[in-house]
Amino acid sequence: MRMKLAATAAIALATLPITANAEGEVNIYSYRQAYLLEPLLNAFEKETGIESNVVFAKKGLAERLEREGRNSPADVVMTVDISRINELVERDLVQGVSTETLEKNIPENLRHPEGKWYALTTRGRLIFTSRDRVEEGEITTYEELADPKWEDRICTRSGKHPYNIALFSSMIAHHGEAETEKWLAGLKNNLARKPQGGDRDQIKAIAEGVCDVSIGNSYYYGNMLQDENQRPIAEQVRLVFPNAEGRGTHVNISGIALTKSAPNKEEAIKLMEFLSSPEAQRIYAEANTEYPANPAVKPSGLVAEWGEIHPDDLPLHTIAENRNAAVKMVDRVDYNGE
Amino acid sequence: MTEAVTSIDPGLTQPLLARRTSKRWLISAVLTTAVVALPVLSVIFLAFFPEENIWPHLLETTLPRYLVTTLQLMAGVGVLTLVIGLATAWAVTMCEFPGRKFFEWAMLLPFAVPAYVIAYVYTSLLDYAGPVQGALRDWFGWQNATDYWFPEIRSLEGAILMIGLVLYPYVYLLGRAAFLEQSPSLFAVSRSLGHSALSTFFRVVLPIARPAIAVGLSLVLMETLNDFGTVDFFAVQTLTAGLFDTWMNLGNLGGAAQIATTMLVFVVILVTLERYSRRRQQQFAARDNRDPIQRFTMSMPRQMICVAVCAIPVILGFAIPGATLALYAWEYFDQSWNPDFLENALNSLFLSGTAALTTLIVGVTLAYSRRLHNTRGMQVLMRLSSLGYAMPGAVLAVGVIVPLAGFDNWLDSLTREWFGFSTGLLLSGTAFAMIFAYTVRFLAVSAGSVESALQKITPSMDMASRSLGHTPGKTLVHVHLPILRGTLMTAALVVFVDCMKELPATLILRPFNFETLATYVYQFASDERLYHSALPALIIVLAGIIPIILMSRSISNTRAIG
Repeated sequence: MRMKLAATAAIALATLPITANAEGEVNIYSYRQAYLLEPLLNAFEKETGIESNVVFAKKGLAERLEREGRNSPADVVMTVDISRINELVERDLVQGVSTETLEKNIPENLRHPEGKWYALTTRGRLIFTSRDRVEEGEITTYEELADPKWEDRICTRSGKHPYNIALFSSMIAHHGEAETEKWLAGLKNNLARKPQGGDRDQIKAIAEGVCDVSIGNSYYYGNMLQDENQRPIAEQVRLVFPNAEGRGTHVNISGIALTKSAPNKEEAIKLMEFLSSPEAQRIYAEANTEYPANPAVKPSGLVAEWGEIHPDDLPLHTIAENRNAAVKMVDRVDYNGE
Repeated sequence: MTEAVTSIDPGLTQPLLARRTSKRWLISAVLTTAVVALPVLSVIFLAFFPEENIWPHLLETTLPRYLVTTLQLMAGVGVLTLVIGLATAWAVTMCEFPGRKFFEWAMLLPFAVPAYVIAYVYTSLLDYAGPVQGALRDWFGWQNATDYWFPEIRSLEGAILMIGLVLYPYVYLLGRAAFLEQSPSLFAVSRSLGHSALSTFFRVVLPIARPAIAVGLSLVLMETLNDFGTVDFFAVQTLTAGLFDTWMNLGNLGGAAQIATTMLVFVVILVTLERYSRRRQQQFAARDNRDPIQRFTMSMPRQMICVAVCAIPVILGFAIPGATLALYAWEYFDQSWNPDFLENALNSLFLSGTAALTTLIVGVTLAYSRRLHNTRGMQVLMRLSSLGYAMPGAVLAVGVIVPLAGFDNWLDSLTREWFGFSTGLLLSGTAFAMIFAYTVRFLAVSAGSVESALQKITPSMDMASRSLGHTPGKTLVHVHLPILRGTLMTAALVVFVDCMKELPATLILRPFNFETLATYVYQFASDERLYHSALPALIIVLAGIIPIILMSRSISNTRAIG
């Protein structure tokens, strides 16, 4: 009897919704860590009085949104990586939105033609080289990563990581599948160790002498420079903007999309506009050393020191389109193998 | 006394029990199983709708490696946990040595450390920049990584060691409970018949404890099979790597569900084989509490060996990671202290406590119904309800969302149509969804251990109680549950600690702005900021220790009383 009572009480407690839906809220499904969003959302609340609620997960949020259907509480989805956000469009989970502010703040190549997503930041996928063992200018393009002279000298994270997949997809867009596969096999052959860890770990590996060249997103390097414990490691590498002379450096985006079912559409659009505004873009630039999507905002002083980035002008959706081909190619060349 | 080890016909006891049994137990068991099986069935359902057929590509490329690695990992972890778990359980139960009482509960401590946390900690200690290699370089004057060889922690062997160190307590717990329940007279009889202690251990003790050990080992293997965090971090490519690749990178949820279903089949075969191999055994050991365990008294060197055997896993699995976390937490205290910790800890405690209770009630219901109606159908139901444990948490979470959101939307359309108002989502995105997921996931733990312990209670107990006019329910409450107290505590403890550590399903299913300790740790750890997550990780470990100590005490007491 006592057990039954306890169980009933527990179930009654458990079914109580934990957040009540009050006025002036916006609900976010985020693929980015909540603490990274916090300064932005605090600034948003300060300016508009609208509260934000966040669920962060790296997997499964699209499925949750899809299954919750028209009753989903989520207003916006925030993602990193173009393919993730493109998937929401393909599965018809988001709606187009276009306002004067959004269109003024975000350039055309960084948003969906019908406003089904907007980029908020861009990040370059750069090459890092050892200051001791690699001459300045010895490598300047992604294509050269497959050059046999780098045999056993390159480190990367898993070939299946979305950031690498996006890079490989862009290679497919530029060179076609057959040639890219040759390139990827060459790169695989140049790896000094089995792909592992994150982008920071590859920079560390250069400092340790395991390899001489690595691939990584710009902000990881920026964050390492800002962390006093990691700065000495980051200072041992030189950063290269690949293909700066030619077609430009591959960039990926973090972005935001309005869900189809958004119950707080008005507030959600206000959030989107706010996040594209100079004020929020400056927070993005300073806090996480990313490139602001809003051209009116300059990168942080630290990032500006690295020199100017010339982004590849390949339309972002072509990267998403080549994703599956890139994933399978990674398997075929056994990129992640021993 | 004891009527054990002999094989008897399992059908013998059944009609006696079944005769006057009310149908209520059967119905409640069937209903419970139906609800609990929904998420797994949803995943199997999803498997019928892949975006494309993934198998030709997988077979051609990575599948052979995934399979081999998975088997190697499972074999390695299985052997490691058996050796550590059984040796230590036997030592603390049957041998007298200094610190024995301490080790009784201390052996459980590594269980409080999540596998992903121990993996992060050892990587930071043993990688190039860590203190160990740093000290070696200083001593020997090596300049960089090319000057010397050092074992790579991010490897299959590393993963086996990490996972084994935090999972052996499953085997230890269930093994110890089984050893405690064995009547010491059995052991004495075997010795008097001329068997050595070792031979008695392998020929008498282990066979009797086998159902419980099998439960513990199968939990270890299932958890190993569905682990993603640790193996991903160590770049060890098991089947789960292929599963998540198919889901997240190829956008093929159906294909991922097919891989998950294949893994399920794999587990079912494994469990069935184990059961088949002991199909002719049925053991009833009436516990005899008047007969206290006579522990071996040993020579000093042997006692020291016992101490070492017990101390090494605790040091490696708990003391070193715990101390490292404490050190990081201390160094980064200002940047990581957060007033929300208390709330996060309370969330974790509430969810884990409720889930442990729910899982225990459901587990007892199922196991007892099976005792009353030991039919093939009930056996299938039991197996079906335990499959949640064999699925990666993130996949199970999708399996939970499908029926819950389906139900919510169905109810909502109904009320909209008939009454003109919207109920919205009643269950999805609430704590209920999370507790449901935990129950489904960890039911194998409670149902399995309760079932194996129930099997050891002789049916004559039931018959006596029933002939005195007790209903099955009263018999359960007054006869079985008191006997099973130790097992129930163990099961609740395991589920509780498992829930505290649970991450992937929690991440996906949680309500807005809802953090448990595990999700809080994850958001920093996943951003390559281990130092900032050290403090909350330490709190998870500490929060897990308290129930471990409390319950371990009461488990020992079940034997001491009487």
